[in-house]
Amino acid sequence: MAIIIDETTPVIVQGMSGRIGRFHAQEMVDYGTQVVGGVTPGKGGTEVLGRPVFDTVRQAVEETGAEASLLFVPPPFAADAMMEAADAGITTAVCVTDGIPAQDMMRVKRFLRRYPRARKMRLIGPNCAGVISPGRGFMGIMPPHIYKEGRVGIVGRSGTLGYEAASQMQALGLGVSTSVGIGGDPINGSSFRDILELFEADPETDAVFMIGEIGGPQEAEAAAYVKEWMTKPVVAFVAGLSAPKGRQMGHAGAIVSAFGESAQEKVVILEDAGITVAPNPSVMGETMARVLGHRAAA
Amino acid sequence: MDIHEHQAKEILARFGVPVPPGALAWSPEQSEYRARELGGGPCVVKAQIHSGGRGEAGGVKVCKSPDEARDFAATLLGRTLVTRQSGDRGRSVHRLWVEAATDIAQEMYLGFVLDRKSERIMIVASRHGGMEIEELAETDPDSLVRMVIDPASGLVDYQARELAFALGLKGPQVAQMVQVVRACYRAYRDLDATMVEINPLVVTGEGDLIALDAKMSFDTNALFRRREVAALRDRAQEDPRESYAYDHGLAYVGLDGDIGCIINGAGLAMATMDMIKIAGGAPANFLDIGGGASPERVCQAFRTVLTDPKVRVILVNIFAGINRCDWVAEGVVQAYRTLDLKVPVVVRLSGTNVEEGRRIIRESGLPLITADTLAEAADRAVAAREPVAA
Repeated sequence: MAIIIDETTPVIVQGMSGRIGRFHAQEMVDYGTQVVGGVTPGKGGTEVLGRPVFDTVRQAVEETGAEASLLFVPPPFAADAMMEAADAGITTAVCVTDGIPAQDMMRVKRFLRRYPRARKMRLIGPNCAGVISPGRGFMGIMPPHIYKEGRVGIVGRSGTLGYEAASQMQALGLGVSTSVGIGGDPINGSSFRDILELFEADPETDAVFMIGEIGGPQEAEAAAYVKEWMTKPVVAFVAGLSAPKGRQMGHAGAIVSAFGESAQEKVVILEDAGITVAPNPSVMGETMARVLGHRAAA
Repeated sequence: MDIHEHQAKEILARFGVPVPPGALAWSPEQSEYRARELGGGPCVVKAQIHSGGRGEAGGVKVCKSPDEARDFAATLLGRTLVTRQSGDRGRSVHRLWVEAATDIAQEMYLGFVLDRKSERIMIVASRHGGMEIEELAETDPDSLVRMVIDPASGLVDYQARELAFALGLKGPQVAQMVQVVRACYRAYRDLDATMVEINPLVVTGEGDLIALDAKMSFDTNALFRRREVAALRDRAQEDPRESYAYDHGLAYVGLDGDIGCIINGAGLAMATMDMIKIAGGAPANFLDIGGGASPERVCQAFRTVLTDPKVRVILVNIFAGINRCDWVAEGVVQAYRTLDLKVPVVVRLSGTNVEEGRRIIRESGLPLITADTLAEAADRAVAAREPVAA
């Protein structure tokens, strides 16, 4: 059934009336995603793409039965919109917005803990490309045609490097069950580990490709999980082998500020956990194919 | 975003951290005048640059008299200080902080950072200060005290008290420490800082706490609501290439190599730099053009990369999702025609509207080098480098 989104998931778009929100909502509709409405405060009662727009997320959920929300909300208002979605009963929110203050994300993460596990919203991003289950549906900004349907899960911080991995796999005939961008911010909704857990439990995923980068403790945390709990093979790449220490490389979270946060150190940590690491970004697909081939032969 | 020591001290003092009396000086004469204002006794003259390690680089001196302060200032102003944190480029000294000398009984460390593991603000403190925290973590890790602050409740006083006792403070120092910790936390929270560091936090001969040095960094994502912080930016401390890029809204980091990079997405940009290195070259920069880039923005990216005279080839690597290959291609052609390019350009396009993009490149009639894959792009860029003029 892939993870997070499929062809039945009812999705709303927060910020659908804007130029970017409208454009990507159209792409999602064209791909077959169940886009059931949008939310723009003050635009309630209007329509976009033939779908109703609501003033609040709560109204949208009540009227449309929406379960998931994609957020194209500008940085000053994004945290507020995420908390609104969580309180309205949305189960999965994907936030594309780049440039949200770190302390706003601190508040959002704390806010999400108010809810019991069964009612707690899964947040993906911010500053991410979104989630796609090829052939079924997507929420995000990725070019959907580069993803072939298949059985490899992809999880990565970077959007474009995720595209690169998917298209290398497509060229080799390898398809994707679901691809998840967790985003480049220092505080994000879902970690590598959170998504790995979902792939481990998904009967339609055979292996996972994980795309890490410099900065932060999440690759190491994922490595510990893979070593201890994961039965499916994991292949990884870590970007930033040539990045200087202490400099922020585009993503707010891509900065080496502590031990274990450089690409070299992360590669060692991942390999220690039994993860196959692609030696360079042009052989991400090849490395995955090799690992799957080995297993088929064994 | 970094600010100067004197700015950090002014901010922290406003929130209630005790700092020594001092004032800013822009000339040797003003330094002398400031020293006299402070009573004419011993003072400390400190170079104001955005870098640690100023002391060992010769940027800080205890002066016995106003005359000595003037003479030292004369040697320091206009100089470029290369510290172990500044990189080879160093930082130029345009302003000095002249401060009354403090009688030091003990030096401690107090820092506030964003802890990515707990996703909260974390206090790090030690009864030993004056050296860098990394050094401290190696030489005396047991002395480090860490404490995480819950954003729902904010800092609670007992935490600051626990910290004070853990550092071995006694009597009225405990209340002083609570005040310092509370003030730093509020400054961090209210101004969207990413780091507050007092190193050293000193116990004076009289037994009082005072911040002898101070450092603050801020979340650039929050500057839209912190105008007063944004106003503290000092362009003289920035790499001119990076200032130019920042003013044009491009994420750019200057590096030491000679292959200029124009890429979309931070991860792909880092991966392309890695690929260049593996192919035997060295990137001149990191540059992410971001999403939805217009031809004009691509052209602007070329201008930015060309602010670096070391660049001998430009590599454009685009995997378009929210971007469009045709727009990027138009931007490349526009840049080639208007900027009088003297270096070869390698272009790799993939993703949204790729066919249209490749057609524009092909039909432009320009000597652009094309590549289909990431590896090809890196190899061709390394091979195409203009030889350095003899």
